[in-house]
Amino acid sequence: MENKLFEEKMSVINLGLPSFFESVKDQGAPCVHVDWRPPAGGDVRLIEILDRLRELG
Amino acid sequence: MKLRNVVKKNSYYDSATLMLLSSKVGEHIGSTKNVAVMMASDMNKDIMRASGLLADEGAAASPNDLVFAIRAEDDAAIDAAMALAEEILNSRNTKMEQRETDVVKTVEDAVARVDGAKLAVVSLPGKFAAREVKKLLKEDCNVLLFSDNVSCEEENQLKDLALEKGLLMMGPDCGTAVINGVGLGFANKLRRGNIGLAAASGTGLQEVMTLISNFGGGVSQALGTGGRDLKEVIGGKMMGLCVQMLQQDAGTQVIVVISKPPAPSVMERMVEQLKQGGKPTVVCFLGGEDMADSGNLHFVHTLEEAACKALELAGTGRPAELRAGHSSLADLARQQKAVLRDSQRYIRGLYCGGTLAYESMLMMEEKLGGVRSNIALKKELLLDGTAPSAGHTVLDLGDDAFTVGKPHPMIEPALRGERLMQEALDPETAVILLDVEIGYGSHADPASVVAGEIAQAKAELEAADRQVVFLASICGAYEDFQDYAAQKAMLEGLGVVVLESNAQAAELAIRIVS
Repeated sequence: MENKLFEEKMSVINLGLPSFFESVKDQGAPCVHVDWRPPAGGDVRLIEILDRLRELG
Repeated sequence: MKLRNVVKKNSYYDSATLMLLSSKVGEHIGSTKNVAVMMASDMNKDIMRASGLLADEGAAASPNDLVFAIRAEDDAAIDAAMALAEEILNSRNTKMEQRETDVVKTVEDAVARVDGAKLAVVSLPGKFAAREVKKLLKEDCNVLLFSDNVSCEEENQLKDLALEKGLLMMGPDCGTAVINGVGLGFANKLRRGNIGLAAASGTGLQEVMTLISNFGGGVSQALGTGGRDLKEVIGGKMMGLCVQMLQQDAGTQVIVVISKPPAPSVMERMVEQLKQGGKPTVVCFLGGEDMADSGNLHFVHTLEEAACKALELAGTGRPAELRAGHSSLADLARQQKAVLRDSQRYIRGLYCGGTLAYESMLMMEEKLGGVRSNIALKKELLLDGTAPSAGHTVLDLGDDAFTVGKPHPMIEPALRGERLMQEALDPETAVILLDVEIGYGSHADPASVVAGEIAQAKAELEAADRQVVFLASICGAYEDFQDYAAQKAMLEGLGVVVLESNAQAAELAIRIVS
């Protein structure tokens, strides 16, 4: 599939450092920040189990 | 000394924000070693325990809790430090609340809110990153994955999924990209033009693209692949797509590729692809063996030369300043040498940018030999980051050995201060070689931080009746918000010799001690 990234208007999604969100906004580009929190209290094992259940369901 | 732990239940902050906060509060109370503000994960608790900063309250906290651990002279000093920490966090929260309309809770919400081509910048902790990137790729988002601590297995899975959909998955550990003129991660405000870049190195890409922009050329797109992409285990998957996109891009007339030497099988495939594309291409395999130019391919050894060659091929012409710089280096070296004593024989490179450290180490190794470094290629020259320097030494201060629990020195260059003083006071040090990074994501005024440190070192040196030569280069665009010219003037005001590129700074250092 051909990637049209260089031809279309680009929107940015930021997950993580808020400063990266700020600098994209400052450049005038459309950007949405995801106020991300670790799921399942950050328990990686539990996250895997939940993901597996979701895939099955 | 008193120790206090304050726990805020269920209060999540990303580690980079907290490291920067710890470092600011530490500076306020006069020692960064006496402050840790961290999420109470088991690993973080171990770090706090090892530094003697974990009290019972902190030890009892759970991974979703935020712990302020502060050690100071008395309760009043701890109260003041706590107040400062809370003030910084509150001001951050207020800032994000003002942007409320652009803040959402989940990847799915974000995807629903944007239109056009999508690109996600992901800088989450490594252990959570792959899961979110997978969701983004499934939603047809291109990705710049800034996080490290992502396994090779995960990297391969993510890149395979991306390639199935023709999407970019730059990273992990990809620090820089400029796409359609928008700087992402650590990036710079560049003039737009006809040179497209693809790199497996963050500061390497920044150095080349800013030199191109500063010397009258322009950049169409600058893409990163992550440092591991060209190793056998990943097989150059993302470099292949980056090159293909640049070859197909009507706005790109000249291509520049930057990386450490790829694995042989990857190199063969890559060179073939670059030849097939037909566009004039500059290839900089830092530390690679000599390769003869062939057809549309031009091989160069330094980042500066990559920029010069690209400018030449793009029709802008070779920059006179860079050329002239080389011829005057001999004079500059003579002048600087005059202030040194016979016992001052060695170069000490203290770098925030990894690839810049690597480039200097390679140049010094070739001309001087025996360069010790925490990123040395030969085992016998490897230097533990905490051990004192010996002979010619180059340190990458962004390496894990220096940054456990601390922000990267491109964000907080104050981490260099202690080492800078140590090197300046070593009677064998002739030259201290530095980099200053500006641009999006970097410290707002890095020259003033290093200037303060140099002024202090110079005062101590004056008392010892000795001088050290300070050489620096600024990795940044003339248009960056920190103001390149002002940053340069601040350093020059202290007698620092500021060169146009890292390669020139390293070359001058070599001439001074030769």
